Amino acid sequence: MGAQQIIGAAVTLLGTAFLFLGALGIVRMPDLYNRMQAGTKATTLGNLLTLLGLGILQPAWLVKLALIALFVLVTNPISSHALARAAYRSGVPLADVTVRDEYPEALQEHGEA
Amino acid sequence: MARLIPILIAIGPLWLLWIAFTGSTDPQELGVGLVAAILVAIVAGGEPFSTATFRIFHPRRFLYALAYVPYLAWAIVRSNLDVARRVLSPSLPINPGIVRVRTRLTSPVGRTVLANSITLTPGTLTVDICDDELCIHWVDVQSENIDEATREIVSGFEKYLEVIFG
Repeated sequence: MGAQQIIGAAVTLLGTAFLFLGALGIVRMPDLYNRMQAGTKATTLGNLLTLLGLGILQPAWLVKLALIALFVLVTNPISSHALARAAYRSGVPLADVTVRDEYPEALQEHGEA
Repeated sequence: MARLIPILIAIGPLWLLWIAFTGSTDPQELGVGLVAAILVAIVAGGEPFSTATFRIFHPRRFLYALAYVPYLAWAIVRSNLDVARRVLSPSLPINPGIVRVRTRLTSPVGRTVLANSITLTPGTLTVDICDDELCIHWVDVQSENIDEATREIVSGFEKYLEVIFG
């Protein structure tokens, strides 16, 4: 096994570690919004590192993998945003530990409530 | 007709991109690629190759866009480490809330990139945009004051995005 294989496998492993942390966050966090924070962020780096690791193992795939990475970077925040907004508007409550919620007043001031 | 021209113009580069990625001149590949390019051009309405897109090649905008890539990459790494630390810590140290911040950006694309960038950074998730204000879910609320929260969350990105999309 060459250095290339070892580095590629190590980077992919690190990526899966972040994906695992994202999953752990989904279990541990108290409400939907905090779960999404864990679920979207840990998985961004998890995805990117996994793709990078694959790119090191198979350099011929690098360009296509970069395209997938770009796709993840552009779509991941959009889906998180859409989920969070839809959840709030359909009445999913914030956890008890929440210190502040300025969303309703913002909606009211901008005439969307 | 005026709306059809940018769509027709978009088909060529999209098809070339397909050919570059498949790296094959097999007639079947070319055929599927052409169909895909036409569909993408129609769905995007010629938007990807409008004059607004080519504004990015202005030298100053282009340099700022290049500098934005490592800046955002570093923000993503920090964001992931931050969330990892909170998730692994036995006491689950969070102080969450939804706060308002303001943006000076006016272009819809600029605001979209800002909202996406905020979602990718440490402990912040854009819930909604109302005019020039963004509502942000913040895992660890540092300030409930709109100006301080803006400085904390928005200002770093805005420096770059104001030039790129301004």
